[in-house]
Amino acid sequence: MRKVSFPYMGTSYIPFERLLTAFGNEVVVPPRPTEETISYGTKYAPEFACYPFKIVLGTYIQVLEAGADTLVSSGGVGPCRAGLYTTLQEKILKDLGYEFEMITLEPPGRHLRDLIDNIKKLINDRLSLKDYISIGRFAWKQLVLLDKAERLSHKMRPLEVKRGDTTQTYKKCVELIAGAKKYSDLREIEREVELLYDAIEKKDYDPIKIGIVGEIYVLLEPSSNLEIEEMLGELGVYVERSMFLSEYTISNAVMDLFHIAGDRDAKKMAAPYFKEMCGGHGRESVGNSVLFAKRGFDGIIQLSPFTCIPEIVAKSILPKVCKEHGLGFLTISLDEQTGKEGLRTRLEAFVDLLMAKRKKAESFRVKSQYVKEMA
Amino acid sequence: MSHYLGVDVGSVSTNLVLIDEDGFLEEAIYIRTQGNPIKAVQEGMEQLSFRNKGKWNVKGVGATGSGRQLAGVIVGADVIKNEITAHAVAALREVPDVQTVLEIGGQDSKIIILRDGVVTDFAMNTVCAAGTGSFLDQQANRLNIPIEEFGDYALKSESPVRIAGRCAVFAESDMVHKQQLGYKTQDIIRGLCEALVRNYLNNIAKGKEIRPRIVFQGGVAANTGMKAAFEDALEEEIYIPKHYDVMGAIGAALLAKDAEISKTRFKGFGLSNIEFTADSFECSGCPNHCEVVNIKMEGKVIARWGDRCNKWKIVDNGVA
Repeated sequence: MRKVSFPYMGTSYIPFERLLTAFGNEVVVPPRPTEETISYGTKYAPEFACYPFKIVLGTYIQVLEAGADTLVSSGGVGPCRAGLYTTLQEKILKDLGYEFEMITLEPPGRHLRDLIDNIKKLINDRLSLKDYISIGRFAWKQLVLLDKAERLSHKMRPLEVKRGDTTQTYKKCVELIAGAKKYSDLREIEREVELLYDAIEKKDYDPIKIGIVGEIYVLLEPSSNLEIEEMLGELGVYVERSMFLSEYTISNAVMDLFHIAGDRDAKKMAAPYFKEMCGGHGRESVGNSVLFAKRGFDGIIQLSPFTCIPEIVAKSILPKVCKEHGLGFLTISLDEQTGKEGLRTRLEAFVDLLMAKRKKAESFRVKSQYVKEMA
Repeated sequence: MSHYLGVDVGSVSTNLVLIDEDGFLEEAIYIRTQGNPIKAVQEGMEQLSFRNKGKWNVKGVGATGSGRQLAGVIVGADVIKNEITAHAVAALREVPDVQTVLEIGGQDSKIIILRDGVVTDFAMNTVCAAGTGSFLDQQANRLNIPIEEFGDYALKSESPVRIAGRCAVFAESDMVHKQQLGYKTQDIIRGLCEALVRNYLNNIAKGKEIRPRIVFQGGVAANTGMKAAFEDALEEEIYIPKHYDVMGAIGAALLAKDAEISKTRFKGFGLSNIEFTADSFECSGCPNHCEVVNIKMEGKVIARWGDRCNKWKIVDNGVA
């Protein structure tokens, strides 16, 4: 039996494990990236490669050591070098003497044949059409629910009365979703997740709202962004991320199959500033910032791995975009650092800035109303 | 008369100040942290208590700097704030119409943009410490010039030498090469100041609108060569506050004064006789493997941090 593994990114390992197991593979579940992962990654990766490359390479070494013989990852097209990462990682790992097969799943729009052949390699049980539908439906629902639980945690954390309640609840929800056996369980769990979050004791006020944009890996994997969402939540901030895996899959796999461009809103909003794509999520970062502005957010934080070209392009445009839309802007470059204090300092100062800005806008509103009444 | 204490624990220096209720500075102490923030704070408190002689009535304490959590627990702070806000508050107090603060300390450099007395934007160096106090210190050492005279050397230069400023490593090797060719020391030092200012403006201040009045603070503001290089590059007058080197601590004290504290948590000036220790362990309760730090006072744990789930949190650890 194939022993399959894949990169670790947020909670996505839960549905992936389920899917690959149902197809008749043994799954080596990748561990959450720790300092050990990063030290493997930095030891064998080119020095100038970005942080996600190093984390994923480190994870591969950990799972190969644990007995995996097949690695599955997504490919990519376009100028961001991440599209070629699997090839380079395969070469590095084989030079180190590991024996395994690397399966790269390319977007379906351009390499449909390849994709089907590759997926076939991962199907080792005879399954009926009905089985495929039920497996697919289950894994998809699991993915959507995990995203929902995370979204709710971002919403509740700034409101919690007892610090840490939300984080505990979120952990419990993930465990529940991971433990589901069949589709009907998931529907019950969905209700339970809502009830669990409702049960948290909350304050009633209007928190500062910050939208997070940037490169996909550092957005989706909390260990790579020093748990920035948790940190902001505990500072009393409502955080919303521009990207979740379930939406990303729809726009980049399903819509790509039919040659429809994904993230159309974001691209439309980015158009006045950013006409051409520059790879990665540079254009989406700009477009999503405009979308956040239209929804009344107070500020934008951009997360990018150090040396990420698409985000460097976005970084030079975003200050102008944010100024025009009256948003505060902070950019954070992520690399191997694991000390959180520096990040906390910047976030605290950024939140102070946004609160002062909001207060000023309110006093202006009151004043102008007063002037109107006088007239 | 009531007083307020401000403590700023930075990577290179630990500063303590006392201000009176009108915000005037009464006492300032500047100590090198030398990698041991607990000892530095205790030493600072000892010096203060020596000068105190019972005349100060501390009504509130503010802590800031990268070691603010630690300092907050040890001293008993009422307000714990990041150094960006603290520096802005102190600069505003001294120069009410300030629009730009340039701050260069030991390991950090930052720029703060203010409009109408409100912070509207800021940036802080992230991956590179080129151009900060530690680097200048190291170069002064290498050239065998006391750091206090470094700036005056720069001012003597008539034709500065161009030094690569992008990275501290490039800058140093460029300096060495130019030295070996026989350029005058003062021209090299002036060139270094210009390179550091160029690096600062292109990196940290990139895309920021620098408007007057400009205040330059932090330890590096002592360097007249850096001030001159900034004035040349920006073509604006640069104002250096009298207590430029303890502005963070002044800001923390001012924040404590404005917080309307009814009862302070201040532990008193006698701290130096108490034994504080810190140790850490890795929690294996879940895959996060958090590194949890214990802060102990006379062997008793008074604060803990580093855990993500608050499992190890101590209720009422004296930190707001």
